[in-house]
Amino acid sequence: MKRYYLIFFLLTLLLTACTPADLNAPIPSFETGVDPDAWAQIPAGKFYYGQHDDIQTTDAYEIMVTDVTTAQYASFLNEALADGSIKAKGDQMVGYYPGDEFHGVKHEEPIEAGDWIFIPLNDPSQRIQFDGTAFTVQQGYENQPMTMVSWFGAWGYCDYNGWRLPTEMEWEKAARGTDTRPFPWGDEIKRENANFYASRDPFEDMRSFGSRTTPVGFYNGKTYDGYSTIDSASPFGLHDMAGNVWQWTGNVYEGMHYRFMRGGSKDTYDMDLRVWVRNNATPTYFSPGVGFRCARDQN
Amino acid sequence: MFTHATHNDTIMAQLGRSLASLKLPLFFCKETGMQFIKDRFNYLFKSTKGLITVAIAMIAVVTGVWGMLSGPMAEMGVRDFVIRTLKMDLVQAEREGRVIVLYHSIAMAVMAIETYMITSLLKMKVFYKTAVQVLITVGYLLTMIFGMAFAYWGHNWAFHGLFITGLSLVFFAGVLLVIALWPWNRDYHQLDKTYARTKQGVDVERVAFFATALATVISALFGAVPGSFFGNGFEVFLAENIIRYPEKTTLQYSVIGHLHIMLALIAIMLTLIIGRWLNFKGILHKIAMPLMTLGVIVLNLGVWGVTTPLEPIAHMIIYVGATPSMLAALLLLIWSWGKLIRDGTAHLQKPKFFQKVGALVRDPLKFGPTWQMLFMNFTTSGIGIFMAIKLDEIFRVWPAREERIELTGHWHALSAIIATIILFYYGDMIGLKGRFRQLYGWGIILFSDIALAGVTVFEMKRLFITEAEQQPLVNGLMYAIDFGLGMLLVLLASVMVWRLSDLFKKKGRWTKEIGQELSQEVVQ
Repeated sequence: MKRYYLIFFLLTLLLTACTPADLNAPIPSFETGVDPDAWAQIPAGKFYYGQHDDIQTTDAYEIMVTDVTTAQYASFLNEALADGSIKAKGDQMVGYYPGDEFHGVKHEEPIEAGDWIFIPLNDPSQRIQFDGTAFTVQQGYENQPMTMVSWFGAWGYCDYNGWRLPTEMEWEKAARGTDTRPFPWGDEIKRENANFYASRDPFEDMRSFGSRTTPVGFYNGKTYDGYSTIDSASPFGLHDMAGNVWQWTGNVYEGMHYRFMRGGSKDTYDMDLRVWVRNNATPTYFSPGVGFRCARDQN
Repeated sequence: MFTHATHNDTIMAQLGRSLASLKLPLFFCKETGMQFIKDRFNYLFKSTKGLITVAIAMIAVVTGVWGMLSGPMAEMGVRDFVIRTLKMDLVQAEREGRVIVLYHSIAMAVMAIETYMITSLLKMKVFYKTAVQVLITVGYLLTMIFGMAFAYWGHNWAFHGLFITGLSLVFFAGVLLVIALWPWNRDYHQLDKTYARTKQGVDVERVAFFATALATVISALFGAVPGSFFGNGFEVFLAENIIRYPEKTTLQYSVIGHLHIMLALIAIMLTLIIGRWLNFKGILHKIAMPLMTLGVIVLNLGVWGVTTPLEPIAHMIIYVGATPSMLAALLLLIWSWGKLIRDGTAHLQKPKFFQKVGALVRDPLKFGPTWQMLFMNFTTSGIGIFMAIKLDEIFRVWPAREERIELTGHWHALSAIIATIILFYYGDMIGLKGRFRQLYGWGIILFSDIALAGVTVFEMKRLFITEAEQQPLVNGLMYAIDFGLGMLLVLLASVMVWRLSDLFKKKGRWTKEIGQELSQEVVQ
C-alpha cells in the first residue's frame, strides 16, 4: 500500500502544477517615483564593450531613463491612428517600415518595405485594449513597461517621435558606464537588484502565472509594502537595464534579419542579465518579456 | 606485512595502531597501515573495475556538487549556500570558461571509462593496455582536479597548466589506443565466422573500434586548436551563443564541429562496447559493423568539412554519415532483443506474446542499454531531425534564447543517456543480482526516462503553449525532471556508498574484482 501513497503524492503534485495560469490575476500597484519621460545624457568617448572588455567609442547621445511604458505606447497608438500612421489589420496593428537590403545569406529572410506588425490585438497578454476607435491601458499596467510589441512596433514608436532605437553599443555603454562591471549596479547580483526568474518580487507567483513585469524604475532603493529594493540604476542613472524586459536595439546587420535584444528579463536567470549578453529574434516577434526604450542624438 | 618497510610505512603502521586505539571498526584495524591502503590502491588504480569505479565516483561527485549551481537549485538558494560553504570564487565574466572546464572534466572521465572498457574487452598487447590506462587515468584526474580548482577557486596558473597537461595526456592515451587497436595485425584476426570479418580474417568489429578511436583523436584536435587560440587571452564563448551569426570564423566552426562530433563519437563507441559486452554476432553483426565504420568515416568527414569551403554541404554529408551509424545501432537493438526473448523463452515450446515481453524485460541491465538507444530517438535524435527540418519555419522564428534551450537540452539529454548506458554495464560488471539488480536497473530506466521525457517536453513547449501561460506546465516538468534526476543520483550515490563500504572489508567484493577482465564476462 505504501508504494501507492508515493504514486498518489506525485500525481497530486503534478496535477497541482497543472492549474491554468490566471493572466489577469490582480497586480500590485506601486508608484516608483521615477519619471518615464526623463532622458539621460551619455557623453562621447571610450568604454569597455562586451564580455572580453573590447574598447569601443560612441558619440554623445541621450537615452530614456526607463523603458517605454504601456501608457506612453497607448498614447502613441492613439496619435498614430488618428493621423493614419498605423492601422488595424485583422488581429494586429500594423505600420509602415521602409525595408532592409536583402543579401540572400543562409537563413536570412527578406524584410521588404510595407506594413509590418507593431502589436498584436486581442492577445491575452496584451495590456492595451482597442475598441475600434481608441486604445486604453488595462488598469494597473500604466507604469509597467510596454510589452507584446514587435521590433517594428518599437522602431515605429521611436521613429514617430523623431527618435530611434539605441544601437547595441549605445545600449551597453548606457548600462555599464565606463568600467568593466557585469551588471549596471556593480559586480554581484542579489534578488533585490532586478526582476529576473524566481527573484521573489511582489509581482511574481511561481505557482501560477510565474514572473510578471515590475513598474519601470521599481528597483530604486524604495520599499514597497515591506519589500525593499536596492537602488540598481546604471552609472548614467538608467533604470531596469538588467531584468524586467529584454530591450530591442536598433542595429540591422548585413546578412541577417534577426534583431538583437539586451538586458535579460523577468523570465531569464541572472546570467542573462549581464550587460554583454545578447538575445535575438525575428523583428515580428513579440512577447510579455520584451520591451524597449529609445535613444536620440544629443542636441 | 611490512617486508619493505620505509619511513612512510612506519608512519602508516603507527597511524594504524593509533586508529586501533581509538576503537575504530575492526575491518580497518585488523589490517593495519600501508598494506590496507596498498591493496585498495591496487584495486582502484590497477584493475579495470576499480578504475571504472573511481571514474564513476568522480563524475558522481562533480555532478552532485555542481548540479546544485544551476536551475531549480539556484532558485531555491542552494547555489548561494554551496558557493559560500565551498568558498568558490566566481567571476561573472568567466562563467562561460568555467562551464567549458566543467564539461571537459566530466567528458574526460567518461572517455576514460570507455577506454578502460575497450582495453579490458578487446585483445591488445599488455604494454599498450598498461600505458593507455596509466596515461588516461593520470590525464583525466589532472584535468578534473586541477581544471575545476582553477575554474572555481581562483586562478592558480599552475593549476591551469596541470589542466592542460591532463588533457594532453588523455590525447596521447587516445593515440596509443589507436595504435593498440590496429586491426590488421594477424594476432587480432577474427577466426570465428559468426562475427563480421573479411575474407582475410580481419575483425570488422575491431575495424569499427579502430575507426571510431582514430576519428576521436583527430576530432579532439578540432577542439584543441581553437581552444588554444581562444583560451589564449580567455576570450571563450559557448557555441550555442553564436549559432545564429551569419558569419563565423573557421575556428568558431571548428568549436561547433568539435562539440557535436565528440559527443556523437562517445555515443558510437559506447554502442560498440555494449555490442561487445552482449556478444553481438551473426548476420546482423556482419551488416552492422561495416555500416558503423562507414558511418563514422562519413560523419567525421562532414563535421571536419564544416571548417572548409565545403561548409554549405557539410550538413548533408553529416546526415548521410549519421544514417548508417544509427542503422547499425538499430541492428544491435533488433539482435539483442531477439536474443533476450529467445534466451528467456527457451524453456517454452510456443511462447505467447506476453511471455516474450516478459523475457525481454526480465533483466533490466541487459534490456536497458538498447531501450535507452530506442528512447533516445524520442528525446534526442527525433527532436534533432525535427529541428533541422523545421529550423527556419519554426525554431528560428523564436528568440535565440529558446533555441539555446533546445540545443543545450538536446546534448544534455544525449549525455544523460550515455551516462545511464554506462551505469547499466557497470551494474552488471559489479555483479548486482536478484532484487538489487532489478531495483537498480529499473530505477535507472524509470528515473532517467521520466527526467528525459520532461526535458524533451520542456524543450518543445513553445510548440503548444505561450510564454504567458507556461508556468504551471514548467512547474510540472521541473518536478518530473528534478524527481527523475534526483532519484537517479540517489541511486548512484547508494551504489557508490556500498562500493565504498565494500572497500573497508578485508574480503570484500573488490578482492574478487581485482583480477577480473570484462572480456571474461562477455555474455554467452
